[in-house]
Amino acid sequence: MRELDHYRTMLAAGKLSRRRFVQLATALGASTALATSMAGSALAAPKKGGTLRLGIGHGSTTDSLDPGTFENLYMQVVGGAAYNKLTEVANSGDLVPELAESWDVTPDAKVWTFKLRQGVEFHNGKTMDSSDVIASINHHLGEDSKSAAKAILDPIAEVKADGKNTVVFTLKTGNADFPFIISDYHVAILPAKDGKLDPLSGVGTGGYVIDNYEPGVRTALKRNPNYWKGDRAHFDGAEVLAIVDVAARTNALTTGEIDAMDRVDLKTAHLLARNPNIKIEEVSGTQHYTFAMRTDTDPFTDNNIRLALKHAIDREALVKTILRGHGVVGNDHPIGRSNRFHADDLEQRTYDPEKAKFHLKQAGLSSLKVDLSAADAAFPGAVDAAVLYKEHAAKAGININVVREPNDGYWSNVWLKKPWCAVYWGGRPTEDWMFSTAYAAGVPWNDTYWNHERFNQVLVEARAELDEAKRRQMYFELQKIVRDQGGVVVPMFANYVMGISKKVQHEKLGANWSLDGFRCIERWWFA
Amino acid sequence: MAKILKMVAQRLALGLLTLFVVSLIIFLGVELLPGDLAEAILGQAATPETVAAFRRELGLDLPPHTRYLEWLGNMLQGDFGTSLANKRAISELIGVRFANTLFLAATAAVISVPLAVTLGVLAALYRNTLFDRAINVVTLTSISFPEFFVAYILILFLSVKANVFPSISNVSADIGFWEHVYRVILPALTLTLVVVAHMMRMTRAAIINLLASPYIEMAMLKGITRSRIITHHALPNALAPIINVIVINLAYLVVGVVVVEVVFVYPGLGQLFVDSVIKRDIPVVQASCLIFAGTYILLNLTADVLSILSNPRLMHPK
Repeated sequence: MRELDHYRTMLAAGKLSRRRFVQLATALGASTALATSMAGSALAAPKKGGTLRLGIGHGSTTDSLDPGTFENLYMQVVGGAAYNKLTEVANSGDLVPELAESWDVTPDAKVWTFKLRQGVEFHNGKTMDSSDVIASINHHLGEDSKSAAKAILDPIAEVKADGKNTVVFTLKTGNADFPFIISDYHVAILPAKDGKLDPLSGVGTGGYVIDNYEPGVRTALKRNPNYWKGDRAHFDGAEVLAIVDVAARTNALTTGEIDAMDRVDLKTAHLLARNPNIKIEEVSGTQHYTFAMRTDTDPFTDNNIRLALKHAIDREALVKTILRGHGVVGNDHPIGRSNRFHADDLEQRTYDPEKAKFHLKQAGLSSLKVDLSAADAAFPGAVDAAVLYKEHAAKAGININVVREPNDGYWSNVWLKKPWCAVYWGGRPTEDWMFSTAYAAGVPWNDTYWNHERFNQVLVEARAELDEAKRRQMYFELQKIVRDQGGVVVPMFANYVMGISKKVQHEKLGANWSLDGFRCIERWWFA
Repeated sequence: MAKILKMVAQRLALGLLTLFVVSLIIFLGVELLPGDLAEAILGQAATPETVAAFRRELGLDLPPHTRYLEWLGNMLQGDFGTSLANKRAISELIGVRFANTLFLAATAAVISVPLAVTLGVLAALYRNTLFDRAINVVTLTSISFPEFFVAYILILFLSVKANVFPSISNVSADIGFWEHVYRVILPALTLTLVVVAHMMRMTRAAIINLLASPYIEMAMLKGITRSRIITHHALPNALAPIINVIVINLAYLVVGVVVVEVVFVYPGLGQLFVDSVIKRDIPVVQASCLIFAGTYILLNLTADVLSILSNPRLMHPK
């Protein structure tokens, strides 16, 4: 198939006639119909040129080019253009090779061998090999690491080179999703110098070279002439602007100062959609909002109380008012519908004050008074959502006292500290990743302080299981356990809503993250 | 003249003391805020080990007084230090931003100061006429609206509807002077609308105040025209309060425009300052505060010197 891809690229570049392409393709075993249609789609290939201007609702002067400290969409998009990872989540949601060409695993899912793509050059001219990969991984590990990816790479026991083009990871315990984990935006591959990384250099293997970087203001990118992906990086360059104010971002899009923006104001999205030059695109991914109860703190120690609270929220109403319809209802577990093993046939929990009252009674109570901490730093509209929840719960005899917390310092002073608070989750591409990050016993971000024996056991088993059908069953059980016994209320999954100029063309948008999985700069093109 | 120089020297020395106190207060203030840079940067992704590693690397684990004294020592040697968040030299980080802020302030001042003084003089000249009332109503209205509202109105009409000016001030080092002016016109107009009323009304009041003095009555009796009385006899004597109010507004244009910067996405010092406070990047906060405080001190000094020069009586206090 690689030969076929090669011919297709040559066809698109005009180095091969259509007739010759069909001949070669059929010789490789493709049917004539397939070959003809492939030729058609290759010739309708994206056009090159132009400068994409993006307005991003994040970005701060304190941002840094170190991929380990990427914390907002601004740096994630810049990183998506400048750096590559070993693997990539394609727009279909499937994992595809990126700097790794292929990989192999032992049956216990413990030892992963990655074959690296050969002849890939960094922006500084260095050829990528196993030493760069190892240094890039080690950058996140070790005692002095300040990387946000330290926790997800923690399962790595050892990483070593097997020649220049092969890297072998040995894990502490088997993990069938390991190739997904290293597609994370933090785990970018940067050039090593004497075994160490210069994380602030901004040099990667990506489709765009960082020409000028002003943190919190603007990044100018220009096309990497030696980019190894032939069918990507169509723009000559890109300008990424930090436009934190949503009104300013919307104005910039309507006046043509930028070509695309993230996080459209949901209140005015329908008005923006009336503009003939703009389209509103949205994808439903793993981004979800939760109300996390500390199951180690009274009254949330009692599962009946938790169930009462789970039945006392009108999820449909929250999606309609807080998300203005740009989202879907949650089912009290953190797995999104675009995830591979989402439990589609698990019954949807609905608003039922009578059931809530029943569970309250089971707990030996006739009424309940609880504090719910919220701030808009948790997620946009969190305070409003909490107030609506209070209204819904009142019908079940539950008195929720909404405590408005300061936005500043929310993640250090409220989250993981207060007994019940509103939380934002960007979500994770795999079930195991999500569960191990926030639901496994004892992990730092287990914001419900939950410890469920059966859950923890199945989680570990599923992680090392390579058989897909068995995994599906296991993850179904895990979702059910979290839904019925966990400490989390998951009212809604929020869509990523973007405003894009009609001049810009793209294929199906990736749902794993906003802006085509952070890859819009290398995936999109101008009509 | 020697007296003035002595006063300037005294005031500068006092200014240095003020700066020292300001830096101390700011440092204590940021220390009192919950959380530190390590937690702010890592946000939801903070784990105890990574936060500790962050603190070790940046020296945030040292006691506050050690950090303050170290910073002060470097500062006295002219070293602003580096940003804790991204290791950039603060002088470099702030230099560009401060130049942008000054550029915007200067553009706004070039438009607003002559406009305000002219309108003030005209309002005094045509006191209590329809013109005077109209000017007062318009300027007071524009100052009463919040800045972002004025900004959005200007964007709506001049950018979205008429499409004559850009809605965001996307400036960079490689654009020319006039291009820069063109891109900051809308924020400059917004600031003009916000500051004009104050200066205009002060000019008008100061002049009207003088119109009751005997020497103006004398001038009137001589038969000089009203406009000549105002421009040649009243205005020079009214300069001291006018200069003071203009300078206060200039200082505001330099240090108080963060809302306008956000609306127009203008890379000025205010935005840098807010970002740094949110992330607890103390060296940047300190440096920005010193610049803000220094601006106030220097502009106030200028105002005093100019007032004294405009009124020789002040040079010889009894």
